[in-house]
Amino acid sequence: MTVIALPVSSLAHRARPTEEPVWVRWTLIGLALAFLTLFLFVPLISVFYEALKKGWAVYIAAITEPDAVSAIQLTLTAAAIAVPLNLIFGIAAAWAIAKFEFLGKNLLTTFIDLPFSVSPVVSGLIYVLVFGLQGWLGPWLAEHDIKVIFAVPGIVLATIFVTVPFIARELIPLMQSQGTEEEEAAVVLGARGWQILFRVTLPNVKWGLLYGTILCNARAMGEFGAVSVVSGHIRGSTNTLPLHVEILYNEYNFAAAFAVASLLAMLALVTLALKTLIESKNMQNDKGKNR
Amino acid sequence: MSIEVRNLSKQFGDFAALRDITLEVKSGELLALLGPSGSGKTTLLRVIAGLEAADAGQVLFQGEDATGQHVRDRHVGFVFQHYALFRNMTIFENVAFGLRVRPRNFRPAGAEISRRVNELLKLVQLDWLADRYPHQLSGGQRQRIALARALAVEPQVLLLDEPFGALDARVRKELRSWLRRLHDDMHITSVFVTHDQEEALEVADRIVVMNEGRIEQIGTPDEVYERPASPFVYEFLGKVNLFHGRLHRGRAWIGGIEVDAPEHTEAEELAAVAYVRPHDIHVDKVANALNGKGAIAAHVSHILSVGPVVRLGLTRDDGEDKELIEVEISKERFRELQLTRGNQVFIKPSRLDLFPAQIH
Repeated sequence: MTVIALPVSSLAHRARPTEEPVWVRWTLIGLALAFLTLFLFVPLISVFYEALKKGWAVYIAAITEPDAVSAIQLTLTAAAIAVPLNLIFGIAAAWAIAKFEFLGKNLLTTFIDLPFSVSPVVSGLIYVLVFGLQGWLGPWLAEHDIKVIFAVPGIVLATIFVTVPFIARELIPLMQSQGTEEEEAAVVLGARGWQILFRVTLPNVKWGLLYGTILCNARAMGEFGAVSVVSGHIRGSTNTLPLHVEILYNEYNFAAAFAVASLLAMLALVTLALKTLIESKNMQNDKGKNR
Repeated sequence: MSIEVRNLSKQFGDFAALRDITLEVKSGELLALLGPSGSGKTTLLRVIAGLEAADAGQVLFQGEDATGQHVRDRHVGFVFQHYALFRNMTIFENVAFGLRVRPRNFRPAGAEISRRVNELLKLVQLDWLADRYPHQLSGGQRQRIALARALAVEPQVLLLDEPFGALDARVRKELRSWLRRLHDDMHITSVFVTHDQEEALEVADRIVVMNEGRIEQIGTPDEVYERPASPFVYEFLGKVNLFHGRLHRGRAWIGGIEVDAPEHTEAEELAAVAYVRPHDIHVDKVANALNGKGAIAAHVSHILSVGPVVRLGLTRDDGEDKELIEVEISKERFRELQLTRGNQVFIKPSRLDLFPAQIH
């Protein structure tokens, strides 16, 4: 076999599909960086700066005063209920949509997306319309002394509604791409439904599931619009963290507002870090596992 | 365990995948379901496994009706075309899966599971891969693991869906003879689906040739190759030349040749097609050298010499049947005849099968 030596320059030529001059490249990179700095980094840093401007003592006081603690507790409660419920719903819906054929499948997929396409304020209003005093179920609920709107249940319901798509949306394409062959293999080998779910289906989507759960959690804790409508803003009782930030801000209590906001910002940073970690894990897995 | 299939039909929307299939697989037999894609062979296999429900008909295992039985209760081993190994489990866990998911009372102890899995891994000669994951294995290795996994539950029946379809030619050949040897050792009733005629002819005890949801022929590899029951089987299994002619009361005329057709005594002036394998054609340079009545005159239009055989492409001089006639002769005979392109030759089928022409 003869080896044909290519001139080095022509190889280098071929290696680069894009041939933009240096100044174009740096202008593009510079633009992107400037945009990110202006709209993301500066605000993020300013949150922490404002929060700590008056010193640690004020910061600690702002997040440990009873109303703030109650807001944190309520936010955690709402997330603690909404996330597991959506986890179950997401897995069930994705499993059904990805692994079975049934009538109305497209409709179900569309409905799962509804919370994404509808404004959170509207979803909040829907709950007021259904569960509120003047709503369809209002009189019945009042009769049985059940408070939904302007109470914790309403906040939980609104949170569940806006976070419905996160886990299901993450799992459906993943499960669809994996097909049903492994499940078929499992059932031929004698596995029962639960065994297939826990030993085959879920382990195969574990990273996607974790990813969806983290995003779902971030949204559950950060949701403002829908919760704002159903909460009634009762301090120390129906205020979540985002609502508490708003109240403090409207009272010109900037240091406290930013201190509480910094908690949410930290949640966002932790979420991002976890998300990046999972994505890199996932990528490593995919590299090996794709045939 | 024997398998019996009675009058199975299955429809996917407008597409009839199976039409009234009746079939018996003898105990300990290795049976091939052979056919082009869309012939229903995979559907039939999946119905036997219980992965698909038929619209009508019955499946019986050892004479007992299993039609309504759930897949997991049928105790069949199934090997998928794309292996379907559990990607999140090691090879060891893959093979152990069938034992681990058993209800507590029937589940072997951990040590027993280990012993069985290692035994199976040795059987497929891959015990050194126990701790790997499926994605670290080659296609051929994966397929052997898939087989070990299927055998772990000690199935009475082994069903294989295009087991070697996704492998390259060399590995496919290797695995093929390996499967045959394995079957000879274990004598487990096996059915495998393939679209590769060579694979079916080489490996199977009997072949079921399928087309458009129907069975065209069932027989040993020799039977289906030497005595195809229909034009379809003729064309699907190996090369074949078609000669158009006519049939009349037990005689047939093809080109200038007159032959006996004892199985068509009641035919009255019927258009017919003779199917002739390339190696069943006599070739000579002079017409008289071919004994019997008549011969077909043709010209050599191309010559392809491969190994011990020479393939000739011939054009008929009488202009009937425009397609090239393919003939295979031995290299020795080829030298004897001293053929070159453009030579005139006379041909005569030494063996042919007549079928009434299909009206298109």
